[in-house]
Amino acid sequence: MNTGDAFLVLSAFLASGVEFVEALTIVLAAGLARGWRSSLAGLGAATLVLAVVVAALGPALTVIPLQGLRLVVGALLLVFGLQWLRKAILRASGYKALHDEDAIFARELSDAQGAAHLERAGVDWYGFTLAFKGVLLEGLEVVFIVLTFGSAQGSIWLAAAGAAAALVLVAGVGVAVRAPLARVPENAMKFAVGVMLTTFGIFWSVEGAGADWPGSDAALLGVLGFVLVFSFGLVRLLRRERRTRLRTAEVRA
Amino acid sequence: MTWLGRFGRFWWEFVIGDDWLVAALVAVAIGATAALAAAGVAAWWLLPLAVPFVLWLSLRRAIRSA
Repeated sequence: MNTGDAFLVLSAFLASGVEFVEALTIVLAAGLARGWRSSLAGLGAATLVLAVVVAALGPALTVIPLQGLRLVVGALLLVFGLQWLRKAILRASGYKALHDEDAIFARELSDAQGAAHLERAGVDWYGFTLAFKGVLLEGLEVVFIVLTFGSAQGSIWLAAAGAAAALVLVAGVGVAVRAPLARVPENAMKFAVGVMLTTFGIFWSVEGAGADWPGSDAALLGVLGFVLVFSFGLVRLLRRERRTRLRTAEVRA
Repeated sequence: MTWLGRFGRFWWEFVIGDDWLVAALVAVAIGATAALAAAGVAAWWLLPLAVPFVLWLSLRRAIRSA
């Protein structure tokens, strides 16, 4: 396995892991509040829809010429990665509240308990829809990441293996504890995913645009180091700036 | 909102996200890289220079609007 493949598996694992943790929170809330039958039916239906999306898009992506694919995928990953990175940097520097899986779970649970009961074909409609929408939306992000990463790197199977490992881990722990995985260091994971997506995005966009990297594939490590340095630099800068702002506000008060 | 409107909105939020300027500037930077490469100039350095600038700009916008 070369450097690119190792990054591919790790990126798919981390990115999918974050999405699976969020999906698990919604499925748990739906199951505990509205019954496991409706929640698991929603989970199953969403999984089926996602399987159809993968079956339709997966083979289609493999017939697109690699340079064009890398241009489109690189641009998408770069925009996607910068979104993740921006949120993670805002959280790490204190400008945005940390993602709290316990609070989200409590809110979803309360909403689900308060909703009216409407049964269709023996399944509670609210619980089904809640689980279905949650799994479908989080799952679409996983599908997007696995297909784009995998096709641009030339191995959808490796990306799928990374995502599958994350699914087994999150589902296993979720079934064992039957509680939201609040101890998962989600911001750190999102930061790492943002760095990975941005790194791959820069690398493939440049190749897709027709330019060549000095050192070919080995340049990926250089891009990774560069993205890490400026991301941590921005966190430090914004933290310092926020502390100064708070101190100034205290002095004025 | 119509079904088509909701569908379009979902994909806009999914791909473009909170700050459309990021997508716009990334597209401009990639276009400039392609133009330089087509002209036979080494262009690999442009995107790594542009990305920190785009991120910094987007962070400032997010902090200002918070």
